[in-house]
Amino acid sequence: MRFYEYESKKILAKYGIPFPKGGVAKTAEEAKNLAADLGGKVVVKAMVLTSSLTDRGTVREANGPDEAAKATEELLALKVGALTPVSVLVEEQVEVERELALQVTYDGVAKLPVMIASDVPRKNLDDVADDTPDRVKRRHFSTLHPMRAQTFRCKELVRSLGLGGSDLNRMTQVVSKLADAMLEYDLTVAEINALGQTKDGKFIALDVNMDMEEEGRFRQGALLEEFGIPMTETRGVRGEPTPMEREAQAIDADDPRGLISPFVEFDGNMGLVIGAGGGSLTIFDAVTRHGGKPANYAAIGGNPSVKKAQRLAKLVLSKEGVDKIAVMSNVVSNTRADLVARGVIKGVLELGLEPKEVITIFRCPGAWEADAFKILEKYGVDYCDRSVSLSEAAKRAVAKVQG
Amino acid sequence: MAMFIRIDLKEDAIAEAGAAAKLIEVCPVKIFAAGADDKSVSIIDDNVDECTLCDLCMEASPKGVKVVKLYEE
Repeated sequence: MRFYEYESKKILAKYGIPFPKGGVAKTAEEAKNLAADLGGKVVVKAMVLTSSLTDRGTVREANGPDEAAKATEELLALKVGALTPVSVLVEEQVEVERELALQVTYDGVAKLPVMIASDVPRKNLDDVADDTPDRVKRRHFSTLHPMRAQTFRCKELVRSLGLGGSDLNRMTQVVSKLADAMLEYDLTVAEINALGQTKDGKFIALDVNMDMEEEGRFRQGALLEEFGIPMTETRGVRGEPTPMEREAQAIDADDPRGLISPFVEFDGNMGLVIGAGGGSLTIFDAVTRHGGKPANYAAIGGNPSVKKAQRLAKLVLSKEGVDKIAVMSNVVSNTRADLVARGVIKGVLELGLEPKEVITIFRCPGAWEADAFKILEKYGVDYCDRSVSLSEAAKRAVAKVQG
Repeated sequence: MAMFIRIDLKEDAIAEAGAAAKLIEVCPVKIFAAGADDKSVSIIDDNVDECTLCDLCMEASPKGVKVVKLYEE
């Protein structure tokens, strides 16, 4: 669950990581008063549960209370995807000599938490790593030892950015405290997207994102109570589920066999029925890497019934602009490929469509795949086994969608 | 309407073996329902394509039930 920036900064405050003075305003008048209290020159940030705020035009600089009020009016009327800002964060403008980026998160491959730093601030660190890998530095650390016993790792990270002397010591403290916060509050991401360094050498957190593990909310009741967040509040990045996402939830709830979760709607034109223990994320990435534009993310697994696969296929194809789907998974031992094949073909046929035209590829290697292949052959659907990589299968599917 | 599986029943063989109740009991996807009397079964069409090919019905009544994969015909 994602925190608003002002909440994230309250967590920073618990660790003594400095950030600009400021407050939250729900109206232009409140923002004006706050700006006056802060000396006039302020930054106004729309509070909306999404990342990359700067890129979305949700941050404004104001040179006085009146400008702050105007900026607030504009920001509160913004639409950020499906979301509307609930308030604005008004903060003093801080002059900095330079900005860095710092993130603590989990490395799913190494199965360890990792500290990441870069001298490219205010950008998605994954994008920075893709474009300029030498400008992103990483150090793993252990959850078994307190950070005070691993300060050397923080220091190594900061040193790898080229910092030395008092800069090295000061930033090491920030890294160490941010990692402490991440571990104590079950955060999946603790990010200071813009860590400014002022003329006198001090570091200050300008732009902060934090995301807490969904399951962590029960352990973090005290924090949620402090922030006034009810246990029932949905804090998905995307806000309330779309009608299509609600329908997917209903399909999942109607039948205990198998699982469709999570289902997330996107703006693309390529329907996805994908699954297998983490394979869905890999497949989604492969599709986008090959230029595909997913219409949805739908992780299906746990041996769904024919009816569940059928209803999911129909749901995905019901989205406007989607006339093709890819059915892919990693190697599956606990999901019957033949039942999935039956379901998606049945769903396609019930819509009056041709399976061989609509299903771009079927790649679900594993249990009962021989029967699945017979079904797919009968309906002329393109399929492949595990000898074709997920990436190659995604490439073939994307090529068909793009015509 | 089932598209992938067909269930062929021989009602007299099921009745003779007294297998009706057993068929209803063993099918994991509820393809069989009680028939007109306690010696017969009916088929729930909506569930036929859910058949997992577990063969428990054919074991319960080897002479009375045959599961046909329509995609192999």
